[in-house]
Amino acid sequence: MTSRRTNLTPFLLVAPALVFMAIFFAYPMVEAFGLAFRDNDTGALTLNYFQKMVSDVQFQPALTTTLLLIIILIPVQFAVALTMALLVNAKLKGASLFLYIYAIPLAVSELAAGIVWFNIFTNNGFLNSLLVQFGLIERPFLFLSYQNQGWLILAVVLAEAWRATSIIMVILVSGLQSIPSDYLEAAEVFGADQFRKITKVILPLLRPSLQVALILRTILAFQVFGVALAVAGSGMSLLAGEAYKWYYSIRNPNVAAAYASVILILSIASTVVFLVGLRSKNGEAL
Amino acid sequence: MKGLKLSRVLTYVGAVLMALWILVPIWLIAVSAFSTRQGIFDFPKALLPNPFSADTMSFFLGATNVLPSAGRSVVVALITIVISTLIGAPAGYALARFNFRGRDVFRLAIVSTRAFPIVILSIPIAVAYLQLGINDNVFSLALMHCALALPFTILVTSSVFAGVPKDLEEAAETLGCSPLQAFMRVVLPLALPGLAAATLFTFVLSWNEVFASVILTSRNRTLPALLVAQLDESPLNYKYAGGFFLLAPSMVFMLFIRKYLFTLWGRVSR
Repeated sequence: MTSRRTNLTPFLLVAPALVFMAIFFAYPMVEAFGLAFRDNDTGALTLNYFQKMVSDVQFQPALTTTLLLIIILIPVQFAVALTMALLVNAKLKGASLFLYIYAIPLAVSELAAGIVWFNIFTNNGFLNSLLVQFGLIERPFLFLSYQNQGWLILAVVLAEAWRATSIIMVILVSGLQSIPSDYLEAAEVFGADQFRKITKVILPLLRPSLQVALILRTILAFQVFGVALAVAGSGMSLLAGEAYKWYYSIRNPNVAAAYASVILILSIASTVVFLVGLRSKNGEAL
Repeated sequence: MKGLKLSRVLTYVGAVLMALWILVPIWLIAVSAFSTRQGIFDFPKALLPNPFSADTMSFFLGATNVLPSAGRSVVVALITIVISTLIGAPAGYALARFNFRGRDVFRLAIVSTRAFPIVILSIPIAVAYLQLGINDNVFSLALMHCALALPFTILVTSSVFAGVPKDLEEAAETLGCSPLQAFMRVVLPLALPGLAAATLFTFVLSWNEVFASVILTSRNRTLPALLVAQLDESPLNYKYAGGFFLLAPSMVFMLFIRKYLFTLWGRVSR
Protein backbone atom coordinates (compact mmCIF):
# COMPACT_ATOMS: atom_id res chain seq x y z
CA MET A 1 0.00 0.00 0.00
CA THR A 2 2.63 2.47 1.09
CA SER A 3 5.02 1.57 -1.70
CA ARG A 4 2.25 2.03 -4.20
CA ARG A 5 1.54 5.54 -2.96
CA THR A 6 5.19 6.60 -3.00
CA ASN A 7 5.35 5.36 -6.57
CA LEU A 8 2.43 7.44 -7.74
CA THR A 9 3.13 10.70 -5.88
CA PRO A 10 5.96 12.03 -8.10
CA PHE A 11 3.94 11.41 -11.25
CA LEU A 12 0.97 13.29 -9.85
CA LEU A 13 3.28 16.15 -8.92
CA VAL A 14 4.85 16.27 -12.36
CA ALA A 15 1.66 15.76 -14.39
CA PRO A 16 0.36 19.38 -14.43
CA ALA A 17 3.74 20.66 -15.63
CA LEU A 18 3.84 18.00 -18.35
CA VAL A 19 0.36 18.85 -19.58
CA PHE A 20 1.17 22.54 -19.59
CA MET A 21 4.38 21.99 -21.50
CA ALA A 22 2.65 19.81 -24.05
CA ILE A 23 0.18 22.61 -24.74
CA PHE A 24 2.60 25.53 -24.70
CA PHE A 25 5.79 23.95 -26.05
CA ALA A 26 5.05 20.83 -28.06
CA TYR A 27 1.89 22.11 -29.75
CA PRO A 28 3.27 25.50 -30.92
CA MET A 29 6.48 23.88 -32.11
CA VAL A 30 4.62 21.44 -34.37
CA GLU A 31 2.08 24.07 -35.32
CA ALA A 32 4.81 26.52 -36.38
CA PHE A 33 5.69 24.08 -39.14
CA GLY A 34 2.01 23.46 -39.81
CA LEU A 35 1.36 27.15 -40.37
CA ALA A 36 4.48 27.53 -42.48
CA PHE A 37 4.07 24.48 -44.72
CA ARG A 38 0.36 23.76 -44.97
CA ASP A 39 -2.14 25.62 -47.03
CA ASN A 40 -4.55 27.71 -44.98
CA ASP A 41 -7.65 26.61 -46.87
CA THR A 42 -6.98 23.10 -48.15
CA GLY A 43 -4.54 21.91 -45.51
CA ALA A 44 -2.34 20.39 -48.21
CA LEU A 45 1.42 20.64 -47.96
CA THR A 46 2.73 23.72 -49.69
CA LEU A 47 5.95 25.64 -50.15
CA ASN A 48 4.10 28.83 -51.09
CA TYR A 49 4.59 30.64 -47.78
CA PHE A 50 8.20 29.58 -47.59
CA GLN A 51 8.81 30.83 -51.13
CA LYS A 52 7.03 34.06 -50.34
CA MET A 53 9.39 34.54 -47.40
CA VAL A 54 12.52 33.71 -49.39
CA SER A 55 11.61 35.95 -52.31
CA ASP A 56 10.89 38.92 -50.03
CA VAL A 57 13.55 41.63 -50.38
CA GLN A 58 14.11 41.70 -46.64
CA PHE A 59 14.74 37.97 -46.24
CA GLN A 60 18.33 37.88 -47.44
CA PRO A 61 19.43 40.93 -45.38
CA ALA A 62 17.57 39.62 -42.32
CA LEU A 63 19.29 36.24 -42.52
CA THR A 64 22.78 37.61 -43.17
CA THR A 65 22.50 40.35 -40.56
CA THR A 66 21.26 37.89 -37.94
CA LEU A 67 24.14 35.52 -38.63
CA LEU A 68 26.68 38.35 -38.77
CA LEU A 69 25.36 39.74 -35.50
CA ILE A 70 25.79 36.36 -33.81
CA ILE A 71 29.28 35.83 -35.21
CA ILE A 72 30.45 39.19 -33.83
CA LEU A 73 28.37 39.13 -30.66
CA ILE A 74 29.17 35.72 -29.18
CA PRO A 75 33.01 36.10 -29.02
CA VAL A 76 32.66 39.63 -27.59
CA GLN A 77 30.24 38.40 -24.94
CA PHE A 78 32.41 35.47 -23.95
CA ALA A 79 35.52 37.64 -23.67
CA VAL A 80 33.68 40.15 -21.48
CA ALA A 81 31.91 37.48 -19.42
CA LEU A 82 35.12 35.54 -18.79
CA THR A 83 36.92 38.72 -17.74
CA MET A 84 34.08 39.61 -15.36
CA ALA A 85 33.93 36.08 -13.97
CA LEU A 86 37.69 35.98 -13.31
CA LEU A 87 37.51 39.40 -11.66
CA VAL A 88 34.59 38.35 -9.44
CA ASN A 89 36.49 35.21 -8.53
CA ALA A 90 39.76 37.07 -7.78
CA LYS A 91 38.79 37.61 -4.11
CA LEU A 92 38.83 41.39 -4.37
CA LYS A 93 37.51 43.57 -1.58
CA GLY A 94 33.97 44.47 -2.55
CA ALA A 95 33.64 41.40 -4.77
CA SER A 96 29.95 41.12 -3.91
CA LEU A 97 29.38 44.72 -4.97
CA PHE A 98 31.10 44.05 -8.29
CA LEU A 99 29.03 40.91 -8.74
CA TYR A 100 25.86 42.91 -8.09
CA ILE A 101 26.81 45.58 -10.62
CA TYR A 102 27.83 43.06 -13.28
CA ALA A 103 24.55 41.20 -12.74
CA ILE A 104 22.21 44.20 -13.05
CA PRO A 105 21.64 43.78 -16.81
CA LEU A 106 20.31 40.28 -16.13
CA ALA A 107 17.11 41.96 -14.99
CA VAL A 108 17.02 44.66 -17.68
CA SER A 109 14.50 44.20 -20.47
CA GLU A 110 15.83 44.06 -24.01
CA LEU A 111 13.66 47.02 -24.90
CA ALA A 112 15.09 49.14 -22.07
CA ALA A 113 18.63 48.12 -23.04
CA GLY A 114 17.90 49.17 -26.62
CA ILE A 115 16.65 52.58 -25.48
CA VAL A 116 19.69 52.98 -23.20
CA TRP A 117 22.03 52.54 -26.15
CA PHE A 118 19.86 54.56 -28.52
CA ASN A 119 20.38 57.41 -26.05
CA ILE A 120 24.13 57.03 -26.61
CA PHE A 121 24.29 56.50 -30.37
CA THR A 122 21.52 58.75 -31.68
CA ASN A 123 22.26 62.01 -33.55
CA ASN A 124 22.22 64.26 -30.52
CA GLY A 125 23.21 61.45 -28.19
CA PHE A 126 26.06 61.20 -25.73
CA LEU A 127 28.61 59.66 -28.09
CA ASN A 128 28.25 62.43 -30.66
CA SER A 129 28.29 64.99 -27.87
CA LEU A 130 31.56 63.57 -26.55
CA LEU A 131 33.19 63.43 -29.99
CA VAL A 132 32.19 67.01 -30.80
CA GLN A 133 33.36 68.32 -27.43
CA PHE A 134 36.76 66.72 -27.94
CA GLY A 135 36.90 68.22 -31.40
CA LEU A 136 37.15 64.85 -33.10
CA ILE A 137 34.23 65.63 -35.38
CA GLU A 138 32.58 68.92 -36.24
CA ARG A 139 29.00 67.88 -36.62
CA PRO A 140 27.12 64.91 -35.15
CA PHE A 141 27.64 61.71 -37.14
CA LEU A 142 24.61 59.67 -38.13
CA PHE A 143 25.60 56.40 -36.45
CA LEU A 144 22.09 54.99 -36.64
CA SER A 145 21.34 55.79 -40.25
CA TYR A 146 20.17 53.13 -42.65
CA GLN A 147 23.19 53.98 -44.81
CA ASN A 148 25.66 53.11 -42.07
CA GLN A 149 24.88 49.40 -41.63
CA GLY A 150 28.29 48.80 -40.04
CA TRP A 151 27.62 51.30 -37.27
CA LEU A 152 24.08 50.03 -36.85
CA ILE A 153 25.33 46.50 -36.31
CA LEU A 154 28.06 47.71 -33.95
CA ALA A 155 25.53 49.66 -31.88
CA VAL A 156 23.20 46.64 -31.66
CA VAL A 157 26.15 44.37 -30.77
CA LEU A 158 27.20 46.73 -27.96
CA ALA A 159 23.66 47.02 -26.64
CA GLU A 160 23.09 43.28 -26.72
CA ALA A 161 26.55 42.57 -25.26
CA TRP A 162 25.82 45.05 -22.49
CA ARG A 163 22.46 43.44 -21.71
CA ALA A 164 23.01 39.75 -22.16
CA THR A 165 26.54 39.12 -20.93
CA SER A 166 25.58 38.89 -17.23
CA ILE A 167 23.93 35.54 -17.69
CA ILE A 168 27.12 34.06 -19.18
CA MET A 169 29.13 35.68 -16.37
CA VAL A 170 26.97 34.03 -13.70
CA ILE A 171 27.19 30.61 -15.37
CA LEU A 172 30.98 30.97 -15.66
CA VAL A 173 31.41 32.16 -12.06
CA SER A 174 29.58 29.11 -10.78
CA GLY A 175 31.74 26.99 -13.06
CA LEU A 176 34.88 28.66 -11.70
CA GLN A 177 33.80 28.08 -8.12
CA SER A 178 33.55 24.38 -8.76
CA ILE A 179 37.21 24.17 -9.84
CA PRO A 180 39.17 22.67 -6.92
CA SER A 181 41.81 25.10 -5.69
CA ASP A 182 44.36 22.23 -5.54
CA TYR A 183 44.55 22.27 -9.31
CA LEU A 184 45.51 25.92 -9.42
CA GLU A 185 47.98 25.52 -6.58
CA ALA A 186 49.54 22.57 -8.38
CA ALA A 187 49.86 24.67 -11.54
CA GLU A 188 51.54 27.37 -9.48
CA VAL A 189 53.97 24.89 -7.97
CA PHE A 190 54.96 23.90 -11.48
CA GLY A 191 55.63 27.52 -12.28
CA ALA A 192 52.59 28.43 -14.39
CA ASP A 193 51.96 32.17 -14.72
CA GLN A 194 48.45 33.70 -14.65
CA PHE A 195 48.00 33.38 -18.41
CA ARG A 196 49.00 29.71 -18.46
CA LYS A 197 46.80 29.01 -15.45
CA ILE A 198 43.85 30.41 -17.37
CA THR A 199 44.53 28.67 -20.67
CA LYS A 200 45.81 25.33 -19.36
CA VAL A 201 43.75 24.76 -16.22
CA ILE A 202 40.75 27.04 -15.95
CA LEU A 203 39.44 27.02 -19.52
CA PRO A 204 39.54 23.23 -19.99
CA LEU A 205 37.77 22.71 -16.67
CA LEU A 206 35.21 25.34 -17.57
CA ARG A 207 34.23 23.51 -20.73
CA PRO A 208 30.86 22.21 -19.50
CA SER A 209 29.84 25.69 -18.31
CA LEU A 210 31.10 27.26 -21.52
CA GLN A 211 29.13 24.76 -23.56
CA VAL A 212 25.88 25.43 -21.73
CA ALA A 213 26.39 29.19 -21.93
CA LEU A 214 27.23 29.00 -25.64
CA ILE A 215 24.11 27.02 -26.48
CA LEU A 216 21.89 29.27 -24.40
CA ARG A 217 23.31 32.51 -25.74
CA THR A 218 23.33 31.46 -29.38
CA ILE A 219 19.72 30.33 -29.30
CA LEU A 220 18.72 33.58 -27.63
CA ALA A 221 20.76 35.62 -30.10
CA PHE A 222 18.70 34.23 -32.98
CA GLN A 223 15.74 36.03 -31.43
CA VAL A 224 17.24 39.47 -30.90
CA PHE A 225 14.24 41.73 -31.31
CA GLY A 226 13.56 44.55 -28.86
CA VAL A 227 17.17 45.73 -28.68
CA ALA A 228 17.48 46.00 -32.43
CA LEU A 229 14.10 47.66 -32.83
CA ALA A 230 14.92 50.30 -30.21
CA VAL A 231 18.45 50.98 -31.45
CA ALA A 232 18.08 50.68 -35.20
CA GLY A 233 14.33 51.04 -35.79
CA SER A 234 13.39 49.75 -39.22
CA GLY A 235 16.91 50.47 -40.49
CA MET A 236 18.02 46.93 -39.75
CA SER A 237 16.25 43.67 -40.56
CA LEU A 238 16.64 40.60 -38.38
CA LEU A 239 14.78 37.29 -38.52
CA ALA A 240 12.74 37.89 -35.37
CA GLY A 241 11.87 41.42 -36.46
CA GLU A 242 10.67 40.12 -39.84
CA ALA A 243 8.50 37.51 -38.10
CA TYR A 244 6.96 40.31 -36.06
CA LYS A 245 6.45 42.49 -39.13
CA TRP A 246 4.78 39.72 -41.13
CA TYR A 247 2.50 38.78 -38.27
CA TYR A 248 1.70 42.21 -36.98
CA SER A 249 1.92 44.72 -39.82
CA ILE A 250 1.36 42.57 -42.90
CA ARG A 251 -0.99 40.22 -41.04
CA ASN A 252 0.28 37.06 -42.66
CA PRO A 253 0.80 34.48 -39.88
CA ASN A 254 1.94 31.84 -42.39
CA VAL A 255 4.98 33.75 -43.57
CA ALA A 256 5.63 34.79 -39.96
CA ALA A 257 5.58 31.09 -39.04
CA ALA A 258 7.97 30.37 -41.91
CA TYR A 259 10.40 32.82 -40.30
CA ALA A 260 9.80 31.14 -36.95
CA SER A 261 10.67 27.74 -38.40
CA VAL A 262 13.86 29.14 -39.90
CA ILE A 263 14.82 30.39 -36.43
CA LEU A 264 13.92 27.01 -34.92
CA ILE A 265 16.00 25.09 -37.46
CA LEU A 266 18.99 27.42 -37.00
CA SER A 267 18.70 27.11 -33.21
CA ILE A 268 18.63 23.32 -33.34
CA ALA A 269 21.52 23.27 -35.81
CA SER A 270 23.70 25.52 -33.64
CA THR A 271 22.90 23.45 -30.55
CA VAL A 272 23.97 20.27 -32.32
CA VAL A 273 27.18 21.95 -33.51
CA PHE A 274 28.07 23.03 -29.97
CA LEU A 275 27.13 19.66 -28.47
CA VAL A 276 29.28 17.75 -30.94
CA GLY A 277 32.05 20.31 -31.30
CA LEU A 278 32.59 20.78 -27.56
CA ARG A 279 31.93 17.21 -26.49
CA SER A 280 33.86 16.53 -23.31
CA LYS A 281 35.75 13.30 -22.88
CA ASN A 282 33.35 11.61 -20.52
CA GLY A 283 30.51 12.44 -22.85
CA GLU A 284 28.63 14.67 -20.43
CA ALA A 285 26.51 17.32 -22.02
CA LEU A 286 23.83 19.83 -21.19
CA MET B 1 56.45 41.02 -4.26
CA LYS B 2 56.21 44.30 -6.11
CA GLY B 3 54.94 42.48 -9.18
CA LEU B 4 52.26 40.85 -7.10
CA LYS B 5 51.06 44.23 -5.84
CA LEU B 6 50.98 45.68 -9.34
CA SER B 7 48.88 42.83 -10.65
CA ARG B 8 46.53 43.33 -7.68
CA VAL B 9 46.12 46.99 -8.57
CA LEU B 10 45.52 46.11 -12.20
CA THR B 11 42.84 43.64 -11.13
CA TYR B 12 41.03 46.41 -9.24
CA VAL B 13 41.36 48.76 -12.20
CA GLY B 14 39.87 46.07 -14.43
CA ALA B 15 37.03 45.43 -12.02
CA VAL B 16 36.19 49.14 -11.82
CA LEU B 17 36.34 49.54 -15.61
CA MET B 18 33.93 46.65 -16.04
CA ALA B 19 31.62 48.20 -13.44
CA LEU B 20 31.71 51.49 -15.36
CA TRP B 21 30.83 49.66 -18.60
CA ILE B 22 27.61 48.57 -16.88
CA LEU B 23 26.89 51.73 -14.89
CA VAL B 24 27.69 54.58 -17.30
CA PRO B 25 24.92 53.72 -19.81
CA ILE B 26 22.46 53.48 -16.91
CA TRP B 27 23.62 56.86 -15.62
CA LEU B 28 23.19 58.41 -19.06
CA ILE B 29 19.60 57.18 -19.48
CA ALA B 30 18.85 58.51 -15.99
CA VAL B 31 20.31 61.90 -17.01
CA SER B 32 18.05 61.99 -20.07
CA ALA B 33 15.01 60.83 -18.12
CA PHE B 34 15.47 63.61 -15.55
CA SER B 35 16.26 66.45 -17.95
CA THR B 36 13.71 68.92 -19.22
CA ARG B 37 12.38 68.51 -22.74
CA GLN B 38 14.72 71.32 -23.77
CA GLY B 39 17.65 69.64 -21.96
CA ILE B 40 17.17 66.46 -23.98
CA PHE B 41 17.64 68.38 -27.23
CA ASP B 42 20.61 70.43 -25.93
CA PHE B 43 23.86 69.77 -27.71
CA PRO B 44 26.59 69.15 -26.64
CA LYS B 45 25.10 67.34 -23.68
CA ALA B 46 25.84 67.70 -19.98
CA LEU B 47 26.64 64.67 -17.82
CA LEU B 48 24.24 65.87 -15.15
CA PRO B 49 20.62 66.83 -15.74
CA ASN B 50 20.69 70.58 -16.07
CA PRO B 51 18.35 71.57 -14.57
CA PHE B 52 17.20 68.43 -12.76
CA SER B 53 13.54 68.02 -13.60
CA ALA B 54 10.75 65.52 -13.22
CA ASP B 55 8.92 66.96 -16.25
CA THR B 56 10.01 64.24 -18.66
CA MET B 57 9.02 61.43 -16.30
CA SER B 58 5.68 63.01 -15.46
CA PHE B 59 5.00 63.70 -19.14
CA PHE B 60 5.56 59.99 -19.80
CA LEU B 61 3.52 58.75 -16.86
CA GLY B 62 0.73 61.14 -17.75
CA ALA B 63 0.60 60.02 -21.40
CA THR B 64 -2.46 58.09 -22.55
CA ASN B 65 -2.31 54.36 -21.81
CA VAL B 66 1.00 54.41 -19.94
CA LEU B 67 -0.26 53.86 -16.41
CA PRO B 68 -2.97 51.37 -17.44
CA SER B 69 -0.32 49.44 -19.39
CA ALA B 70 2.07 49.48 -16.46
CA GLY B 71 -0.75 48.21 -14.24
CA ARG B 72 -1.49 45.46 -16.76
CA SER B 73 2.20 44.48 -16.79
CA VAL B 74 2.05 44.02 -13.03
CA VAL B 75 -1.17 42.00 -13.24
CA VAL B 76 0.25 39.74 -15.97
CA ALA B 77 3.41 39.21 -13.92
CA LEU B 78 1.41 38.36 -10.79
CA ILE B 79 -0.81 35.86 -12.62
CA THR B 80 2.32 34.36 -14.17
CA ILE B 81 3.86 33.95 -10.72
CA VAL B 82 0.77 32.26 -9.28
CA ILE B 83 0.28 29.82 -12.15
CA SER B 84 3.92 28.95 -12.70
CA THR B 85 4.42 28.36 -8.98
CA LEU B 86 1.28 26.24 -8.67
CA ILE B 87 2.33 24.10 -11.62
CA GLY B 88 6.09 24.29 -11.34
CA ALA B 89 6.80 23.95 -7.62
CA PRO B 90 5.22 20.46 -7.28
CA ALA B 91 7.26 19.27 -10.25
CA GLY B 92 10.37 20.83 -8.71
CA TYR B 93 9.62 19.08 -5.45
CA ALA B 94 9.21 15.76 -7.25
CA LEU B 95 12.57 16.24 -8.99
CA ALA B 96 14.25 17.03 -5.68
CA ARG B 97 12.72 14.31 -3.53
CA PHE B 98 11.70 11.32 -5.64
CA ASN B 99 13.63 8.96 -7.81
CA PHE B 100 10.92 8.12 -10.30
CA ARG B 101 10.97 6.50 -13.71
CA GLY B 102 11.62 8.99 -16.47
CA ARG B 103 13.06 11.53 -14.02
CA ASP B 104 16.16 12.13 -16.12
CA VAL B 105 14.20 12.45 -19.33
CA PHE B 106 11.85 14.92 -17.66
CA ARG B 107 14.79 16.90 -16.34
CA LEU B 108 16.44 17.00 -19.75
CA ALA B 109 13.19 18.12 -21.34
CA ILE B 110 12.94 20.98 -18.83
CA VAL B 111 16.57 21.99 -19.29
CA SER B 112 16.24 22.12 -23.05
CA THR B 113 12.99 24.08 -23.08
CA ARG B 114 14.72 26.76 -21.01
CA ALA B 115 16.18 28.38 -24.10
CA PHE B 116 13.15 27.99 -26.31
CA PRO B 117 12.80 30.63 -28.96
CA ILE B 118 9.87 32.78 -27.90
CA VAL B 119 9.36 33.80 -31.52
CA ILE B 120 8.51 30.21 -32.43
CA LEU B 121 6.07 29.74 -29.57
CA SER B 122 4.35 33.11 -29.90
CA ILE B 123 3.12 32.98 -33.47
CA PRO B 124 1.28 29.64 -33.38
CA ILE B 125 -0.10 30.51 -29.93
CA ALA B 126 -1.31 33.87 -31.25
CA VAL B 127 -3.12 32.13 -34.10
CA ALA B 128 -4.67 29.61 -31.71
CA TYR B 129 -5.75 32.41 -29.31
CA LEU B 130 -7.45 34.24 -32.16
CA GLN B 131 -9.35 31.10 -33.17
CA LEU B 132 -10.40 30.50 -29.58
CA GLY B 133 -11.28 34.16 -29.16
CA ILE B 134 -9.07 34.59 -26.12
CA ASN B 135 -6.51 36.95 -27.64
CA ASP B 136 -5.70 40.37 -26.23
CA ASN B 137 -6.30 39.67 -22.57
CA VAL B 138 -4.02 39.61 -19.55
CA PHE B 139 -4.81 36.05 -18.55
CA SER B 140 -3.94 34.57 -21.95
CA LEU B 141 -0.72 36.53 -22.09
CA ALA B 142 0.15 35.37 -18.56
CA LEU B 143 -0.27 31.75 -19.71
CA MET B 144 2.27 32.40 -22.45
CA HIS B 145 4.66 33.99 -19.94
CA CYS B 146 4.14 30.92 -17.75
CA ALA B 147 5.47 28.77 -20.54
CA LEU B 148 8.63 30.88 -20.50
CA ALA B 149 8.91 30.90 -16.73
CA LEU B 150 7.98 27.27 -16.04
CA PRO B 151 11.34 25.63 -16.85
CA PHE B 152 13.05 28.10 -14.50
CA THR B 153 10.46 27.68 -11.79
CA ILE B 154 10.81 23.90 -11.89
CA LEU B 155 14.62 23.88 -11.87
CA VAL B 156 14.92 26.59 -9.25
CA THR B 157 12.30 25.16 -6.89
CA SER B 158 13.89 21.76 -7.32
CA SER B 159 17.26 23.10 -6.18
CA VAL B 160 15.62 25.06 -3.37
CA PHE B 161 13.82 21.95 -2.09
CA ALA B 162 16.96 19.88 -2.53
CA GLY B 163 18.63 22.32 -0.14
CA VAL B 164 16.16 21.48 2.63
CA PRO B 165 17.45 18.40 4.52
CA LYS B 166 15.28 15.37 3.94
CA ASP B 167 15.90 14.24 7.53
CA LEU B 168 13.86 17.13 8.88
CA GLU B 169 10.89 16.13 6.75
CA GLU B 170 11.21 12.49 7.78
CA ALA B 171 11.57 13.48 11.44
CA ALA B 172 8.33 15.42 11.20
CA GLU B 173 6.58 12.44 9.67
CA THR B 174 7.95 10.16 12.41
CA LEU B 175 6.52 12.58 14.96
CA GLY B 176 3.08 12.11 13.47
CA CYS B 177 2.76 14.65 10.67
CA SER B 178 1.16 13.59 7.41
CA PRO B 179 3.40 14.13 4.36
CA LEU B 180 1.41 17.24 3.52
CA GLN B 181 1.71 18.59 7.06
CA ALA B 182 5.42 17.86 7.09
CA PHE B 183 5.75 19.79 3.86
CA MET B 184 3.68 22.75 5.02
CA ARG B 185 5.21 23.06 8.49
CA VAL B 186 8.82 22.04 7.96
CA VAL B 187 9.89 22.24 4.32
CA LEU B 188 7.97 25.29 3.17
CA PRO B 189 9.23 27.73 5.85
CA LEU B 190 12.82 26.71 5.15
CA ALA B 191 12.39 26.93 1.38
CA LEU B 192 10.56 30.26 1.52
CA PRO B 193 13.50 32.67 0.90
CA GLY B 194 14.63 30.69 -2.14
CA LEU B 195 11.08 30.48 -3.42
CA ALA B 196 10.70 34.24 -2.98
CA ALA B 197 13.80 34.83 -5.10
CA ALA B 198 12.42 32.50 -7.78
CA THR B 199 9.15 34.42 -7.66
CA LEU B 200 10.92 37.73 -8.08
CA PHE B 201 12.81 36.29 -11.00
CA THR B 202 9.55 35.22 -12.65
CA PHE B 203 8.25 38.75 -12.13
CA VAL B 204 11.29 40.19 -13.93
CA LEU B 205 10.90 37.72 -16.78
CA SER B 206 7.30 38.70 -17.35
CA TRP B 207 7.77 42.45 -16.76
CA ASN B 208 10.55 42.52 -19.38
CA GLU B 209 9.03 40.28 -22.03
CA VAL B 210 8.46 42.07 -25.34
CA PHE B 211 7.88 39.76 -28.31
CA ALA B 212 4.99 37.61 -27.07
CA SER B 213 3.42 40.64 -25.40
CA VAL B 214 3.29 42.70 -28.55
CA ILE B 215 2.11 39.76 -30.68
CA LEU B 216 -0.59 38.60 -28.28
CA THR B 217 -2.12 41.96 -27.35
CA SER B 218 -3.61 44.77 -29.39
CA ARG B 219 -5.65 47.05 -27.18
CA ASN B 220 -4.73 45.66 -23.78
CA ARG B 221 -1.02 46.34 -24.05
CA THR B 222 1.53 45.67 -21.37
CA LEU B 223 4.10 48.42 -20.94
CA PRO B 224 6.89 46.90 -23.10
CA ALA B 225 4.34 46.07 -25.80
CA LEU B 226 2.99 49.63 -25.72
CA LEU B 227 6.49 51.11 -25.98
CA VAL B 228 7.56 48.82 -28.82
CA ALA B 229 4.42 49.40 -30.84
CA GLN B 230 4.90 53.18 -30.58
CA LEU B 231 8.66 53.23 -30.99
CA ASP B 232 8.60 54.87 -34.41
CA GLU B 233 6.36 57.78 -33.59
CA SER B 234 7.24 58.49 -29.97
CA PRO B 235 9.17 61.65 -29.13
CA LEU B 236 12.60 61.37 -27.51
CA ASN B 237 11.52 62.43 -24.04
CA TYR B 238 8.77 59.77 -24.03
CA LYS B 239 11.24 57.12 -25.17
CA TYR B 240 13.90 57.93 -22.60
CA ALA B 241 11.46 58.19 -19.72
CA GLY B 242 9.92 54.88 -20.82
CA GLY B 243 13.32 53.22 -21.03
CA PHE B 244 14.25 54.42 -17.56
CA PHE B 245 10.88 53.43 -16.10
CA LEU B 246 11.29 49.89 -17.48
CA LEU B 247 14.87 49.65 -16.27
CA ALA B 248 14.60 51.14 -12.79
CA PRO B 249 12.99 48.13 -11.05
CA SER B 250 15.74 45.83 -12.32
CA MET B 251 18.36 47.46 -10.10
CA VAL B 252 16.18 46.95 -7.03
CA PHE B 253 15.23 43.39 -8.02
CA MET B 254 18.85 42.43 -8.47
CA LEU B 255 19.59 43.66 -4.95
CA PHE B 256 17.20 41.01 -3.63
CA ILE B 257 17.99 38.24 -6.08
CA ARG B 258 21.78 38.52 -6.07
CA LYS B 259 22.23 36.10 -3.16
CA TYR B 260 20.34 33.50 -5.13
CA LEU B 261 21.95 34.14 -8.50
CA PHE B 262 23.89 30.92 -8.35
CA THR B 263 20.94 28.93 -7.12
CA LEU B 264 19.00 30.39 -10.03
CA TRP B 265 21.68 30.00 -12.67
CA GLY B 266 24.55 27.96 -11.33
CA ARG B 267 22.58 24.83 -10.65
CA VAL B 268 20.31 25.52 -13.55
CA SER B 269 23.22 25.31 -15.93
CA ARG B 270 24.00 21.75 -14.97
